[in-house]
Amino acid sequence: MTKMKFVCDAERCIECNGCVTACKNANETAWGIQRRRVVTIDDGKPTEVSISVACMHCDDAPCMAVCPTDCFHKTDDGIVLHDKDLCIGCGYCLYACPFGAPQFPKQAAFGERGKMDKCTYCAGGPADTKEEEYEKYGANRIAEGKLPLCAEMCATKALMAGPTDTLTDLFRERMEKRGQSLDAWQPMHNDQSSETAATLNLDRMAYDASRQV
Amino acid sequence: MRLTRKSAQPADSAVKGLGITRRQFLQRSGATTGGLAAAGFMGNTMMRRADAREKTQVSDAPIETKRTICSHCSVGCGSYAEVQEGVWTRQEPAFDHPVNRGAHCAKGASLREHGHSTRRLKYPMKLEGGEWKRLSWEQAIEEVGDKVLQLRDNYGPDSVYWLGSAKFSNEQAYLMRKFAAMFGTNNTDHQARICHSTTVAGVANTWGYGAMTNSLNDMHNSKSIIFIGSNPTEAHPIAMQHILIAKERGANIIVVDPRFTRTAAKADKYVRLRPGSDVAYTWGLLWHIFENGWEDKEYINNRVYGMDKVREEVAAFPPEVVESITGVSKEDMYDVAKRLADNRPGCVVWCMGGTQHTTGNNNTRAYCILELALGNIGVSGGGANIFRGHDNVQGATDLGLMSHSLPGYYGLTEGAWQHWGEIWGLDQEWLKSRFDQTEYTDGKPMYANGITVSRWIDGVLEQDENIAQRSSLKGMFYWGHAVNSQTRGPEMKKAMGKLELMVIVDPYPTVAAVMHGRSDGVYLLPATGQFETSGSVTNTSRSLQWRDKVIEPLFESRTDHEIMYLLAKKLGFAEQMFKNIQVNGNEPLIEDITREFNKGMWTVGYTGQSPERLKLHQQNWHTFSFETLQAESGPAKGDYYGLPWPCWGNPDMAHPGTPLLYDMSKSVKEGGLTFRARFGVERDGVNLLADGVFSKGSDLNDGYPEFTAEMLKQLGWWEELTDEEKTAAEGKNWKTDLSGGIQRVVIDHGCAPFGNAKARCEVWTFPDPIPKHREPLYTPRRDLVKEYPTWDDVQSLYRLPTLYRSIQEEDFSQRYPLTLTSGRLVEYEGGGEETRSISWLAELQQEMFVEINPEMAEELGIANDDTVWVEGAEKGRVKVKALVTPRVGRDVVFMPFHFGGIFEGENLHDHYPEGSAPYVLGESANTATTYGYDSVTQMQESKVTLCRIEKATA
Repeated sequence: MTKMKFVCDAERCIECNGCVTACKNANETAWGIQRRRVVTIDDGKPTEVSISVACMHCDDAPCMAVCPTDCFHKTDDGIVLHDKDLCIGCGYCLYACPFGAPQFPKQAAFGERGKMDKCTYCAGGPADTKEEEYEKYGANRIAEGKLPLCAEMCATKALMAGPTDTLTDLFRERMEKRGQSLDAWQPMHNDQSSETAATLNLDRMAYDASRQV
Repeated sequence: MRLTRKSAQPADSAVKGLGITRRQFLQRSGATTGGLAAAGFMGNTMMRRADAREKTQVSDAPIETKRTICSHCSVGCGSYAEVQEGVWTRQEPAFDHPVNRGAHCAKGASLREHGHSTRRLKYPMKLEGGEWKRLSWEQAIEEVGDKVLQLRDNYGPDSVYWLGSAKFSNEQAYLMRKFAAMFGTNNTDHQARICHSTTVAGVANTWGYGAMTNSLNDMHNSKSIIFIGSNPTEAHPIAMQHILIAKERGANIIVVDPRFTRTAAKADKYVRLRPGSDVAYTWGLLWHIFENGWEDKEYINNRVYGMDKVREEVAAFPPEVVESITGVSKEDMYDVAKRLADNRPGCVVWCMGGTQHTTGNNNTRAYCILELALGNIGVSGGGANIFRGHDNVQGATDLGLMSHSLPGYYGLTEGAWQHWGEIWGLDQEWLKSRFDQTEYTDGKPMYANGITVSRWIDGVLEQDENIAQRSSLKGMFYWGHAVNSQTRGPEMKKAMGKLELMVIVDPYPTVAAVMHGRSDGVYLLPATGQFETSGSVTNTSRSLQWRDKVIEPLFESRTDHEIMYLLAKKLGFAEQMFKNIQVNGNEPLIEDITREFNKGMWTVGYTGQSPERLKLHQQNWHTFSFETLQAESGPAKGDYYGLPWPCWGNPDMAHPGTPLLYDMSKSVKEGGLTFRARFGVERDGVNLLADGVFSKGSDLNDGYPEFTAEMLKQLGWWEELTDEEKTAAEGKNWKTDLSGGIQRVVIDHGCAPFGNAKARCEVWTFPDPIPKHREPLYTPRRDLVKEYPTWDDVQSLYRLPTLYRSIQEEDFSQRYPLTLTSGRLVEYEGGGEETRSISWLAELQQEMFVEINPEMAEELGIANDDTVWVEGAEKGRVKVKALVTPRVGRDVVFMPFHFGGIFEGENLHDHYPEGSAPYVLGESANTATTYGYDSVTQMQESKVTLCRIEKATA
């Protein structure tokens, strides 16, 4: 069974936050709950780069491993979901998650946080009715054969969602295309013949390759 | 961006927000260093929901799917709106839309909240004794109308200003212009004045039309793209989809900007230039181009007039001079020039960074000349790709919602009034009788440019004797306008206080409703947004797109065209105004308005886009090519998407639209074009017509002037007109022949109705025929003022005295050493009242800030996140957060202009009608900006002024 994943192509992400509001639009999470966000590194510097981050729906998800009430489960598609009725708001998952995906609606005295909320890959969650599902978890687009709205609406097709194989093929295609001109993005400029430039290009290429995946 | 969580409560709540803002902005020590994981544990113990609004209900009711167009920027992204029982329940991506392929930025991806926003104006109101009082629509129209009639009686028709909007549909924009005409004034305008007016004037005077020449999709074919004063990742994010495609195909991306923008982060080459030095920069590039013989000599010879004079001017800008003025080194200049020369075809993109200057018209012409020298205009992949701002600023400009023209750029001459009077079916004498017939400095008001939106403040404050009309302005209609997008905040407040009547017609209260300091005489009329009506909208690529009505008007709001009808009826000219337009109840039929302007817009070819054709395109998005915009199959086969103007002739001529302006490789019938013969045929004995070149299939194999009935006779083509066409065309020309016969026949002969000329580098009617570098009015470089001074003061321009030298003479740079510039954020648009009222967006940008370079911050003793006062050179002050970032250069500071609702430290939250304040308020950047207006169009100077910054003590 294929697994569903997100991948964000940092060379295309322009930090427009379209994915963030698309998520809001689909799931109507409360003010302060951001299942998805865009992270920018080296802001305002020549090396500035951005990437959109949410729950990565890990194969071996740390949140699942640490949850004391075992509220998480993984769907056949590899989507990590949780049951808000079982969640006790302890926040272990937040500590365990390397991506900061779990969100909590409250920050009250004695660490009271309320039920955890996170990206569901627009696959809803356990509930008896559609109304309850939407109220607790937001949209279930997967049930309708659609992908998460954040990826569907991405401004530059940087954020992609889909089965692992498809994403791998898409991403490889982009990388191959960019690689053709020596370095992932830059066309062969007039200075390509110089030795230092060639070395520089190779360096960049290696850097891109390491940074991309 | 730091992995920090945003404030957990809206910033407009009584409790001061956390001050966590602008992504990376927060570099709070300690608490957040653990990144996102730790963020949830910060301070702020009590939380509440942003709004009482519950989630949209899940329903099994049948789904109606509407096709609409994003109402934010001019890219024109399509979107599917799913509506159940009248409620906008879902927004689905339009993967089949030829411009955006489903993609949206933050604003586009939150369109659905427009159907749910609780911060809207809900019913008509007036300010009485400092309190907002609810009115019925009947009362409101009655009271406002009586007051307007009284002002008209007392001070004449020019005393009331009708400030319209780039947020109107084409139909509404046209109707608003017509409304002002019927009221008897040219005092009407919209945001194009403060957006791209210098582009329209500069570019149209260079080669014919003042619009983006190519399309976003055509940029896929560019080998180089140079952005000067344009930041599409924030201002036109979906354009980046196309730009990145070009980049992946090998295009060289160059960004020239005082800020290292997010677009610069995606560029191959970034160049930082000093704000206000665009002409010198462009001449610096041309210096290298000429020096190395990289110019396209054949192209210049055949298609360009006046390049020799440019050469002379450019010779005065060798590398060392350019470096002194712009701050860009010889090496960087050469590098960029070579990139442009080696990578052709290439295009230039400019936006507000180039246009919003006292020298805006010089800037825009300089960019055009650069592209002409490179032979980049009129070819696929080339072009002057001027990205327009608002969703319909192109359309509203074309439809003449401006103080200096009737629809279609016909101007305000007697002939123009006759042309439109004929379309409207109105007697000229009646039209004249509506106007003040006195002759003032600028002539009779009917034929003289009206006051511009940029100057309405002076229109109110200036002494009567200095204004070229009967009196100063007494009444203002702010009809879809953000006053905080205009410069000189403190003086604006003064002007508002002096008015007798303020009427705000808008879906939101806007800053105008709260900053005036008045206790009476302000009316709020709730208008709908574009999702509550239908109509056409023109995107930056000149494509017209039809919008379905998604939902019924919210609350008691009414559509703009309905409000225009109600007011026209009250003011007594509804019968004349709606002579050809069916009115159902109180709502004029949109399609009838489209058909009416179709009948008169011959100049720019808004004649072939009938509502039927536009709707056909809307229903067949999927048939149009993402590469060429041409329909490859389906019922619109052969057409270009949205019939990009000029779409010549009558709709039944089935012209496909013009995807690329001035592209001679296609016949005019297939969307090809030549440069327009707009400036005569000869100047000082030199031919202005094209030299030996012509568009494909042209029967005239050389340059030719614009077509008239007389020319048709001389050429022996007259007999090809039908008898009816002959009657209509007799004595007319391609612009005034209402039958369309002249256009039909000349296009059959492969000719362009407007002639085949050269583009001109020298605009002899402008203050600087060849663009000159002139220092900004408020310049930190006093040493350059002598050699590059501004103009002398002008006694009357657009009815008002306009200052240049008298401001520049004074040295402000000692007290105000920093250069202040402004720009956009992706989450907000324009003055931001609408977008700051969308909670999904407001959550992402909660605080107004000023960007300061780390070195300068160190010097000023300011740390990141400190509260500072920014004081402009005219003493307007704003209290904002400091964002210390290398994004700006050492001596430049930057503020975004979308905030409002806090004025010089005072929070105006409680002045909003209850429940209608946006989620986020902030100081408006333009409180600190200063005087300065373009010498041709009265564009405001908002991109370069001086300021000082101090740490706020309290």
